[in-house]
Amino acid sequence: MNIKKKLKAIYALWYREFKVFLREKSRVVSAVFLPLFWYFIFGGGIGSIGAVNSSVSGNYQHFIFPGFLAMTVIFTALFNGAYMIWDKKIDFLKEVLIAPPSRTTIFVGKMIGGMTDALMQAYILLFIGIFLGIPFTPRSILLSMVILAILAAGLVSIGLIIGSFMESPEGFGLISSFIIYPLFLLSGALYPLDKLPGWLKTLTRIDPVTYAVDALRHVIIGVSSMPLAFDVSVVIGFDIVLIVAGTWAFNRMKL
Amino acid sequence: MEIIKTVDLSKRYGALSAVDSINLTINKGEIFGLLGPNGAGKTTTLMMLSSLLKPTSGTATVNGFDVLKQSEQVRESIGMVFQDPSSDPVLSAYDNLKLHALLYDVPLKSIDAKISQVLSLVDLEKRKHDLVKTFSGGMRRRMEIARGLLHEPRIFFLDEPTLGLDPQTRDHIWQYIKTLAEKIQMTIILTTHYMEEAEKLCDRIAIIDQGKIVALDSPANLIRAIGGDIVQLRGVVNTDAVKKLPFVRDIRESDHSYYLSVENAAQNLQKLLAVAGTIDFVAVHSPDLKDVFLRYTGRAMREEEGDLAGHLRNINRVLERK
Repeated sequence: MNIKKKLKAIYALWYREFKVFLREKSRVVSAVFLPLFWYFIFGGGIGSIGAVNSSVSGNYQHFIFPGFLAMTVIFTALFNGAYMIWDKKIDFLKEVLIAPPSRTTIFVGKMIGGMTDALMQAYILLFIGIFLGIPFTPRSILLSMVILAILAAGLVSIGLIIGSFMESPEGFGLISSFIIYPLFLLSGALYPLDKLPGWLKTLTRIDPVTYAVDALRHVIIGVSSMPLAFDVSVVIGFDIVLIVAGTWAFNRMKL
Repeated sequence: MEIIKTVDLSKRYGALSAVDSINLTINKGEIFGLLGPNGAGKTTTLMMLSSLLKPTSGTATVNGFDVLKQSEQVRESIGMVFQDPSSDPVLSAYDNLKLHALLYDVPLKSIDAKISQVLSLVDLEKRKHDLVKTFSGGMRRRMEIARGLLHEPRIFFLDEPTLGLDPQTRDHIWQYIKTLAEKIQMTIILTTHYMEEAEKLCDRIAIIDQGKIVALDSPANLIRAIGGDIVQLRGVVNTDAVKKLPFVRDIRESDHSYYLSVENAAQNLQKLLAVAGTIDFVAVHSPDLKDVFLRYTGRAMREEEGDLAGHLRNINRVLERK
């Protein structure tokens, strides 16, 4: 199949995700407001204890804001991917799989669609951040957008892999308990990474989101535990592994 | 000219043979019917021919392409209307069709015109921008038929396309499909529960039972092969005595009735009834496809059964969505 056909197919799958996104306004609202609740209530509460740690230079709410950008991406990207189970349920997946494009093309199309969904919500939050007094600069906004996109690619892929294996939506609770929350809570979104007990430190270093949060913090508030280039490389490596795994999962998927 | 050929096509699930060594040749431009009881292997066969399901053994070529090795070309050659709805209910009819057109590489410039064309074919042009979830079952089915035709496939698979539709809509849809098939020389392979429909429409019919083809011919030839008349008896029937009569060729039981294939029923009915036992009900008719079906599968094809299955599926779907 030539490249033009592939691009059309990818556009087709993206077009659908985009249309659904525009229609499901309630989801967008909740995806943007949940992190804001955390920001104001949790951030305000913990912040009132005083300087939690020397590495939390000054404002705790500013410190955790990058973590909430990542949180929006984690929740939306994973659920968007896993939402594929719904396509199975309504038999829409059959219509897509019986079309000429290869499974690999379908995977890429769904990934880009899912990324769009997750990123639009994260970007809305990012712009709200400007009004919350987060010290953004044009450069840091742009870099944050890129880092979030790199993070979203791998996370949507995890969701799609889960969706391709799952037979029914009953397992959705498991996804949020065993994947979404660990990814979020271990990412250092809510606390600094430097003075953790050994076991927790090891776990945070296994979580790929940690590196994205660290990179975001680096570009937004200038605080980080690891070099930016290292953070970004780890997240890109995570993307490559998951995209390969996702392509494999789609190729073996049966109806 | 042959457009589909299967060689010992088989699909097994553990010990169960869903499709058992099917050998079929379907010609270009033909309307070919697959008939069989629920679970006979019709849908499995269609899924293998459309490359969605890998055969356990055997091969098939569709439009000259191998379903295993050239699945992409196979998928480009075919259109499919699935038994269950497979459109996205939260998109409009237009969006569902546009998605399809893009997936099938319909030229961008002609997409809108094509969509209008196929939607007016099924009388849905006015509802183009309505969400599919606002459609009735019949409308959704019509839309999916239009969608399957959008890329002008060489081969069109229809799995129970008129299940659960009212008779008027059914006629309507068949008229469309027939006209279109003639116009673009399309080959049609369909499964249906409606015997009159199959008899009227299909050039040839294969009856499948337990994964095997048990009969294959034109409807007229299949009916002719049964010959004689069909006598339906209800009551306490003495089957042993009936079987001994020289003019009774075959006897099948289904649904509390006995169906006897009888030579020259007009002359022999008296003799038959004299030994048949206590009979509450007698009817005589010329054989039709239903009798052919009963003869080969030992079961009556009940249209309501198909209808009921279709309705239950729809109800399930609605409930699940909530």
